[in-house]
Parts: sequence; C-alpha cells; structure tokens
Amino acid sequence: MLARLLNHTALFELRGTIMHPALQGLSIIIFGVTACVAYFALSNQILDKVLFPPRGPHAGRNINRANLVRPWLFLCPALCAVGVYLAYPVVETLRLSLTERVPGGGIQWVGLDNYIQMSKEPKFWEALRNNMLWLLVVPAGATGFGLLAAQLTDRIRWGNVAKSLIFMPMAISFVGASVIWKLVYDVRPADQDQIGIFNAIYMFMGGEAPLTWLTMPVWNNFFLMLVLIWIQTGFAMVILSAALRGIPEETVEAAIVDGASPMQIFFKIKVPQIKTTILVVWTTITITVLKVFDIVFTMTNGQWETQVLANYMFDKLFRANDWGVGSAAAIVIMILVLPILVWNVRNARKEMR
Amino acid sequence: MDNIAGTKSTLTWVTHISVVILVALWVFPTLGLFVSSFRTTDQIASSGWWKSLFPSEQTMTLRTASPDTQVQEGPLFVIEGNLLDEGQDATIHSWGISSRAVDAFVPGEVAELRKGGTITVMANGRYRMEHSAAFIGSRGQRVFLGTTVAPEFTLNNYRNILFDPDNIEGMSQAFFSTLTVTIPATIIPILVAAFAAYALAWMEFPGRALLVAAIVALLVVPLQLALIPLLKLHLGIGIGKGYMGVWLAHTGFGLPLAIYLLRNYMVGLPRDIIENARVDGATEYQIFTRIILPLSFPALASFAIFQFLWTWNDLLVAKVFLVDATGETTVMTQKLVELLGTRGGNWEILATSAFISIAVPLAVFFTLQRYLVRGLLAGSVK
Repeated sequence: MLARLLNHTALFELRGTIMHPALQGLSIIIFGVTACVAYFALSNQILDKVLFPPRGPHAGRNINRANLVRPWLFLCPALCAVGVYLAYPVVETLRLSLTERVPGGGIQWVGLDNYIQMSKEPKFWEALRNNMLWLLVVPAGATGFGLLAAQLTDRIRWGNVAKSLIFMPMAISFVGASVIWKLVYDVRPADQDQIGIFNAIYMFMGGEAPLTWLTMPVWNNFFLMLVLIWIQTGFAMVILSAALRGIPEETVEAAIVDGASPMQIFFKIKVPQIKTTILVVWTTITITVLKVFDIVFTMTNGQWETQVLANYMFDKLFRANDWGVGSAAAIVIMILVLPILVWNVRNARKEMR
Repeated sequence: MDNIAGTKSTLTWVTHISVVILVALWVFPTLGLFVSSFRTTDQIASSGWWKSLFPSEQTMTLRTASPDTQVQEGPLFVIEGNLLDEGQDATIHSWGISSRAVDAFVPGEVAELRKGGTITVMANGRYRMEHSAAFIGSRGQRVFLGTTVAPEFTLNNYRNILFDPDNIEGMSQAFFSTLTVTIPATIIPILVAAFAAYALAWMEFPGRALLVAAIVALLVVPLQLALIPLLKLHLGIGIGKGYMGVWLAHTGFGLPLAIYLLRNYMVGLPRDIIENARVDGATEYQIFTRIILPLSFPALASFAIFQFLWTWNDLLVAKVFLVDATGETTVMTQKLVELLGTRGGNWEILATSAFISIAVPLAVFFTLQRYLVRGLLAGSVK
C-alpha cells in the first residue's frame, strides 16, 4: 500500500510541475489555517496598536472606534466568501436566465425568451410534475415514518440501537444509496433466480414475470422517492424524538387518568404539542427534495418520465450546453424554495427579538 | 405509567415487533450490498444475497475420472478420485447415477453401473468404481450429487478493487481524491465561520439582525443557482477545474450552516464569562480564542461532521468544479456513477466499490453520532 503511494508520488514528480494532490491538500490546509489565524490576529493587532490605540488623549474615542470596526474584521472573510459563492450567483443566475450566449463570445439580452422556450418543452413540464409529486410524497413519507419510529422507539430498552440503525442511511451518499437500491430493484430474466429483493418477493407472491421497477412510468417515480424517504426518515425521527421527549409528562399522565387510549394519547395529546417541530422537519425535507439531483441522475437520469427540475437543469447546462435555459430552470427551483426561505427568515427574526 | 389498563403486554409486544420490522426494512438494503460485496460473480448472479447467509441445497452434475485413469488392484479394475473441488465446503446427502433418480442413494451405498461394475460415493465426495473387467469408453461416469453447501464468502472483490494496481476500475485513486477534497473543505470553513459566528453572537453593531436573517436565507438557497456563475468565475480568474475550485466552492456553500450552527451555540454560552473577561481587560480576540473557541467544541464537532459527510458524499459540486476530462481527479461518487453505466450488471464490482465509498462515512457516523444528533437538533429545532 505504502509502496503504491510512493509510486504515485514519484509519478507526479516525474511529470514535474504537478504537485501530488495529497500534498496540495495538506499545504492548502496549512496555508488556509495559517492565513485565517494570521488575518484575525494581525488585523486585531493593527486595530488595537496602530489605528486606534486605547491610550493618549483620545483613548476613549479610540476604544469606541475600534469596537465599531472590529465586528467587521471578524465577519469579513465569511461575508466575502458567502457573498461570492452564494449571494452573487443568485443575482448572476437571474441575469443569465434573461440572456443568451452569442456565438463567438459575449451575451445578449433576450428578455423572457429562455423561460418561453422552456415552457414549450414537454420535459420541463414532466420535471415540474414529478417535482410536485416528490414534494407531496417524500416529506409526508419521511415525516410519517420518522414520527412512527420516534414514538415506537421512545420507550423500549433497545430503542437507541434501533434509532441508530434507522438513522444510518443519513451517512450514506445519495449515489451510494442509489447503488444499494438498484440492487433491491434488480431484474433477472424470468427463468432465473431473482437477485433483487423486490422481484424475489413479487415472484414469490405469484408474479408472472419480473417487473423492471425503474422503467414503469409514473410508478418508477415512487420507487425513486422511496430511496429519499429511506434516507430522510432517520433525520425526521431524531428531531421528532427529541420533541416527543420534551412534551411535559403531566399532559400525558392526565390523559391516561382520563382513560385515553394509546392512539388517542398519541394523536390528540402528543402530535398537537409537537406541531411546530413537525412543520420544521417537513420544510427541511421539502428543501432537500427540491434540490434532489443525485438519485435521479444515478438511477434513471430522467429517462422513463422520471425527470426532475435539478436534473433537467444539469442536463441543459452540461449536455445541451444551454446556459440560458439552464439558468431559467435554476430560477424556477429558487422560486419554489422562496416561500420556505421567507418563512424561515421570519421565524428567525421572531426568535431574535 | 406503562402498565395502566392491563394492555401492557400486548401493546409492548406490538411495539417491539413493529420496531423490529421497521429496523429490518431500513437495514436490509444496505446489508444486501454489504453481503454481496463478499460474494463471487457466480454466486451473486445465481442466487439472492439473502440465501447466501444460510447453507444452500444444490444439485450438481459431475463426472468421474475417465477410464484411462483406471488401475488394476488384483482382480479388480478401479477408478478412484474426488468429485468435489479442493476446498469446496459441501456435504453430500444423496447421490444418483441416473437423471431420473438423482437422489437414489445415500453416501456409502453401492450402486450397480449399467455397463457392469459398481460405484460408491462418500459424503466428502470421494468415489470408487470397481469392475472385474476393464472400464471402457472415453468419458467418466455421470454422477448427480445432492449437496448442502456452506455459506462461502471471499475478500477477493476488495483485493481487486482496492489493491490491484493494474485495475483501472479500482477505487484507490478515487478514494484519495475524495479524501483530498474532503479534509481541507471541512477544516477551512470552520475557522472562518467561527469568527463570524462570534461577531454575530456577542458583538453589538448595526445591521447584525439583518446579517443573521441573511444567513438564514442563504441556508436554503439551492446549490443549483451557484453552478454556472461560479464555474464562469473560476474559469475567468484562472482556477479552472480542480481541487482549488472545489475547496473554495465547498467552503462557500458550507459557511451559512456553519455560521448558523455556531452562532446558535455561542449565543447560549453564559454571558457572565464573557463580560467578566471583558472587565478583566481581555481583548475580543483573546476572549474568542481562549474562551469561546474551546467552549464551542461540541458545536464545532457537529458542524465538522456535517461538512465531512456532505463533502464526502457530494456528487454535484465535484462534477461541476473538479472532475475534468483526464479523470485523474475523479471522486468516488463520480466513479460509482460511471461504474453503474459501464458495469451495470457486475454486482461484485458495484457492491464492493459502493461499500468502499460508504464505509468511511458510516464509521464516522457510528463513532460520532452524538455530535451529529446534537448538531441536527441545534440546526433545525428552535
């Protein structure tokens, strides 16, 4: 193993100019960390010692001024990075969606042409329809299963182990999950043993011929959604379980004394008390759903009517090389996210007060 | 409280069974991939992975050695040998010499051959054919074996994919690429975010509320919007596609969550500590590095795990900002997608590669789950 690594390094040295990526990585860590620390240490020093020293005739005024500037010193690197990597792209994408690249360089203002062109493509409407389906099914499924798992594991002794196992898919990449589920959906010819568990069960139950789950339009969308539900349930469970534990015991005890059934306790006492948390979980998963790309890209790549907006956009950008329509699709995703964004910001502001 | 109303035992049982089912449903898919990665190509293709966990019944059709290997022992002509391959862990429970009665005999019994002579087969596969005259013909006798084959697993898939330098489909290079992307992309944003979070949590300045709101807003901005403008930017300023680009991108995309998590945590730290330090004449920089940073360790760890999982598992950002035509910087997720395209049916390759790529996140997950859960709770419930 080590010899292999060394070999690799030697190979890169032979080529001369290129540094081995691992070394490059290491140096960027060292450089990045040193630069950060140096920036913060030095800028604070300069502020306190050179620009506004808290001494001399203007000591008081200087302290005040230093304290006015300091927050921005602390914020500057983060704000710059976020500005360039998130805020600027939003504006730029909006601009790109209203323009078109002219052959030979340069871009040209085309107004809403990209949007109009997009609205004439059946694939776009298919993607939008599927996204809506995803939006209905996945948050509901993941939150539902999560709530179920949270409630069931709450009071049993091995609950934590169970939770840990249900939570596990969270750590698996969407691509890894896609491979995992492709095996589940695998199809073999009818005369052979089925190695995908779905078809094995289907044939065992008396199915005539194995089904190709991922190529049956409309239904295949649900099989893709299942993958995301499988991943997100753990998230919902962890958060809802914490919320369930936060419910005051007295309310439940009172209900028991009044003779409520376990079902009634759950639906009429517990669920109403964790309504906000359910909403938070639901919206968080909704955001994930809107951005879902990897699963569709890996499993069907939008074929057999499984296109979604994120994959449609990727297709436009990097296969059709159409930046205008690609940006327009991105803006559509942004518009769908917007209500949740506004809601989140309003909640955050409420808390700040 | 549990044993009120006498329904306890049934209800408890229902709960236990439901949880078992739920856990099984959630673990099964991953387990299938894991088990498959230890099976040979033939095993995967011939039976479902769930069957490999138990001894399987197999009917084999084999031949004895051909008559030219016969030896003479006194008056008898004898052919001896073993029907099973060396190292094959199978037990024979029945055998036969006719396709109409494949399980006519048990091991040790003696069968009359149609052309004269006798044959006997032992449970371990050894056989002995005897005849008073020489055996004739060019082919050996056909024998049907009813066997019980023990579960059999191999590490060969991992050997091929991780340690075979000639295997261009191997994962070792992609593994290092992923690692190279992940580590700097996890460390750098923490530092940058920590300072900003401190300013947003404990410093008074105009516009603070607005900035916090902006961070919350940016938290949900879809990555998709950033792809083209940033790729354009990277190409424009000469970073191009490569590690530098992907580190910067991950740093930028990770910052809102980092700032949000850390700020929420820092706001909860006791005010007294900070005020006392201020009264004692500590500078803000000292307060931050000596007091806040060490106290915020749990939140830093939470974010580090998030960012690590996210960058390790990412496909889109790597595809757009890193992977170029040379393929030397291919990360594991990208490699898996390629393998799905070219080796869609070769489950031994796919399963092993996929498991290699998810092994590290799973290890991180199981060892540091505490911090992950804490981070999730701080990040979304308020």
